[in-house]
Amino acid sequence: MANNKLSLEKYIEWAEKEHRALYEVMLEDNAKDMDTAPIAIEAKMQEMLQVMQESIDFGLTGVRSRSGLTGGSAKTLAETMAKPGYKSLLGPVAQDALVYALAVAEANAAMGRIVAAPTAGASGVLPGVLFSLKKHRNLSNIDLQKGLIVAGNIGMVIASRFSLSGAMGGCQAECGSAGAMAAGAAVSLLGGSAEQVGHAVAIVIKNMLGLVCDPVAGLVEVPCIKRNGGSAMQALLAAEMSLAGIKSFIPADEAIDAMKEVGEKMPCAFRETAEGGLANTPTALAWAKKYFSK
Amino acid sequence: MNLLDVIGPVMIGPSSSHTAGAVRLGLLAVSILGESPIKADIALHGSFAQTYRGHGTDMALLAGLMGWMPDDARIPEADIYAEQKGLQYKFSTINLGELTHPNTVRFHLEGVTGKTCVVTGSSIGGGQVCVTEIDDFPVELNGNLPGVLIVHQDRPGVIALVSGKLSEYKVNIAGMRVFRTNKGGTATMIIECDQMVPEEALKAIREIKNVESVRFINKVL
Ligand code: SF4
Repeated sequence: MANNKLSLEKYIEWAEKEHRALYEVMLEDNAKDMDTAPIAIEAKMQEMLQVMQESIDFGLTGVRSRSGLTGGSAKTLAETMAKPGYKSLLGPVAQDALVYALAVAEANAAMGRIVAAPTAGASGVLPGVLFSLKKHRNLSNIDLQKGLIVAGNIGMVIASRFSLSGAMGGCQAECGSAGAMAAGAAVSLLGGSAEQVGHAVAIVIKNMLGLVCDPVAGLVEVPCIKRNGGSAMQALLAAEMSLAGIKSFIPADEAIDAMKEVGEKMPCAFRETAEGGLANTPTALAWAKKYFSK
Repeated sequence: MNLLDVIGPVMIGPSSSHTAGAVRLGLLAVSILGESPIKADIALHGSFAQTYRGHGTDMALLAGLMGWMPDDARIPEADIYAEQKGLQYKFSTINLGELTHPNTVRFHLEGVTGKTCVVTGSSIGGGQVCVTEIDDFPVELNGNLPGVLIVHQDRPGVIALVSGKLSEYKVNIAGMRVFRTNKGGTATMIIECDQMVPEEALKAIREIKNVESVRFINKVL
């Protein structure tokens, strides 16, 4: 299977033909593929959700990174929004998704324990979206696990057609994929159809197409942490559109293949080498120089 | 890539290659040494040398040397634990040349009974690693399966004798690579196996003519 190209459309067709939920056919397929019982996979997903929750809590304590470059923004934002009379621009679901996504990304930068889903760098996006929905839509971890399975399979499709790593495909492949995974999870958790999952995935990929990987000083901090927040927002806006019945003109598989084309033409300087983009700005270079001479 | 590779693993941040992969390199180096290390000189190359402080690569390597897993919450304080354990360590930077993978480390290890070895390995992405050199011998080892490293004289028939011994002890060979410096000179054989290799099998291989040394390397994780 490892080398076979997976297709999200195939999963969607399968679910529609058998009138089953997308996560069900995906779980069945995963269990067969891994030669294990579905319940074993579900148990593993519960463990992952537990760690995600802990990483949110850890990030919300206001941790700072080892380099000292980043930290504390999740806590600041949470505290600001909790003030009486505070008028949020985003609304409750997006607010909390943003706070949690930043919290986990900051926990990651501070050497906290996280779930690399799909990667350590983009580990904030899924917990951000999932746990905000849990809070505001009254879901349990058993519900969330279904979203996680859908998300994981979307990630597998992307990995099989292209890549989930910034070094290979730029940040579009990392934060972009994480956003697509979270969008698919959100749509399925909120009762969207399999087809709507596909549209949400496609919309995120399209919106984040071409995003480069340009970490300041090569550290997973700037711009990574805020990009986790941004990617969680992309996931929610795509889910919102798709649940309203808005379709993506380009189907998910083709959008992923377009990401591959873009990623393969992306110069090396924009693929985690810290030689281009934001990493190559005067501010970044000055900071890096100081940091490396320590 | 299966579901658990995408949703997981659980790890200590911030980087699969610079943190989780570094733990794995430490684990594999100890497995090659074959006993707990008491002394470790750790030289970092390329991106490892540049960013190790921010990524906690140093802590992760020490954690691996102490046998911890990549999700061990103690990793950020691995140095303190190492000192308590009496593991003497030293970090330095090294330039292994343009062609060397940017995330590379070279360990000089000394174990509890005085065994020593020099291990060079790289973190090649997604937490996967590859050991490329053991005691000056080129190898290729990722720690996913138990392995045997055999240093021998490059003579006809040695490889057949070795694989014969393994099959005698019901060990199935999953993969095998042979490296040699020059024809008829010293060569190394890396054999990855589906099973643990029993001590008697290793002994039998050591007795084969032209075999100079045999080292069992257990898988990690
Ligand atoms: S910029 Fe690069 S390192 Fe940072 S999250 Fe994106 S892909 Fe990962």
